[in-house]
Amino acid sequence: MNAIFVLLAGIGAMALGYLLYSKFIAERIYKLDPNFRTPAHEFEDGVDFVPTNKFVLWGHHFTSVAGAAPIIGPAIAVIWGWVPAFLWVILGTIFFAGVHDAGAIWASNRNKAKSIGALTGDVVGARARSLFMIVIFLVLLMVNAVFAVVIAGLLVDFNSAVIPVWGAIFVALIIGQLIYRKLVGLLAVSIIGVLALYGLIGLGPVFPLALPETFIGLSDRAQWIVILFGYAAIASLLPVWVLLQPRDYINGLQLFIGLILLYAAVLIAGPNMVAPAFNTDLPAGTPSMVPLLFVTIACGAISGFHGLVAGGTTAKQLDKETDARFVGYFGAVGEGSLALAAIIAAAAGFATLADWQAVYQSFGQGGVNAFVTGGASILSNGVGLSEGLAQTLLTVMAVLFAGTTMDTGLRLQRYIFQEWGQIYGISWMQKIVPSTLLAVGACLLLAFGAGGADGSGGLIIWPLFGTTNQLLAGLTLLVITVLLVRYGRPMYFTLVPLIFLLVMTVAALVIQLRTFYSNEQWFLFGLDIVVLIAAIFIALECASTLNRLRKGTADSVPANAED
Amino acid sequence: MPRLGKIKAFWRKANAFAEEAYNAPYRSAIARAKRDRDDLFMLMVYSELMGVPNPASFYTLELQPLMLERFHEWHIRMGMEHSPLDNIRCC
Repeated sequence: MNAIFVLLAGIGAMALGYLLYSKFIAERIYKLDPNFRTPAHEFEDGVDFVPTNKFVLWGHHFTSVAGAAPIIGPAIAVIWGWVPAFLWVILGTIFFAGVHDAGAIWASNRNKAKSIGALTGDVVGARARSLFMIVIFLVLLMVNAVFAVVIAGLLVDFNSAVIPVWGAIFVALIIGQLIYRKLVGLLAVSIIGVLALYGLIGLGPVFPLALPETFIGLSDRAQWIVILFGYAAIASLLPVWVLLQPRDYINGLQLFIGLILLYAAVLIAGPNMVAPAFNTDLPAGTPSMVPLLFVTIACGAISGFHGLVAGGTTAKQLDKETDARFVGYFGAVGEGSLALAAIIAAAAGFATLADWQAVYQSFGQGGVNAFVTGGASILSNGVGLSEGLAQTLLTVMAVLFAGTTMDTGLRLQRYIFQEWGQIYGISWMQKIVPSTLLAVGACLLLAFGAGGADGSGGLIIWPLFGTTNQLLAGLTLLVITVLLVRYGRPMYFTLVPLIFLLVMTVAALVIQLRTFYSNEQWFLFGLDIVVLIAAIFIALECASTLNRLRKGTADSVPANAED
Repeated sequence: MPRLGKIKAFWRKANAFAEEAYNAPYRSAIARAKRDRDDLFMLMVYSELMGVPNPASFYTLELQPLMLERFHEWHIRMGMEHSPLDNIRCC
């Protein structure tokens, strides 16, 4: 089948989802009210609560939630054939992710813009709140470890990207200074920054850089992992305006340029979907599609991480309640379109089926490398870039995403350690450097513990990361469902996704537990048990809350006055 | 030249939009950092009144009336319900 058809079908379906389903959800279920005084107005303080233009807010929401994950997950999941991945991304975006993201903003907005974690405590109970904190910690831990492994792999396999990837940091530093000192207007700075970044990308293939194959007993991947965490630790300690802010901004611009280029290339080149629609010839050791597909693709279909952004930051800046539909639902659609691009790149970017099978030799092998090579071949056919340049461009895109997520993730993890230090009265843990070192240590342990000393097998934890992410989404959906019931509205539009997610997550955890046991991967086995216990407790929490609601014994007074 | 004016207006608008897109995500983090710094400065200005010796108090003394406006907010934020100073009763 031609990829143009797949692309148009996917975009068309998501557009219909936005136009029809999100309208229904916004008007009939969440009953978004343009006259509701949002917390951004009620508590406006110029610090956290600032009413913000909905397009700006959408851009911010979208770029904070879209990262490397909606690229990696779908690119791995194509191993079961492209149709299952396509269907899950499209249907997941329409019926799960959009409802979840807009719902998280709505729920937070109706409750003084509290974070979803705090809301879980208020709406469901203190136990659920503790579970929420544990799951967040696990998600951050895995995100940092997995992304370090992914970046290290990319830098080794596509060493033309080394110069642009690290050069981008200097570009961001300079841009940060230019803006901070108000030397140049922002539009000019944006153009300079993008040109500098693409200049570096052009330079990359001419001067590829590689680390020595082994250095003090560490393989090149392992060296990159250590370097990356060193960088992320320093970056997470710097004030945000020095590096993180300009880096995020340039990344956002790059995301839009990359997406437009990829979509244009698909439309011009019109490649065929080389990968099988349903792969009947699965490599040995590939787990069953149901339930693993639903945790392999988390971001891109539904992801709990979005709830954190939606509740913690986005809801505090919502100008009008009705903006929640555009910001939340359309944000999810944006991420779905990135996942769709990843599927097309990984399924249509190969010349023959044999080439495709050579890349997808075993589960977890395809992944982001397939996205880069496949996407590059589409880009070179479509918009005429040389293959090396196109590979560098896509590698840089993936690495920069993963890198910014690592910066932020490590910073958030440090906050968690500092908070624990405060709760338990451990004074050294409240200090900035020891808590950062603790965060880095925990991530390094996971990165190497999961895949051995060379850090090459770290992608084994990808589905485990997906599971924790889905658990987080499950908790957010539970909060939304409880609120809906309290307001006397239909709950099935969030309850059905919630039950589906919980069943798939627990099933995936059990299947993986068996695999880790038979492969004698004891570290992962232990980690799986921790996540499984959290999952079971969340399921119990959901069951008991819903039971209480059904019997009407729960606090039946709305958490906030009805509209 | 109306066309040049139009381009200029567009540039200004786009610039404002980019400015907002750049600043909105980090507004709170930066404002909080600034507030922390201001809080420390406030402590320095009023330190002498709270019994903390300050060699620069001769100079900070004349800043006190200027800072008074934000004094109430500050002591609330520092977890003191009422003004900690005997001679300054703001609430």
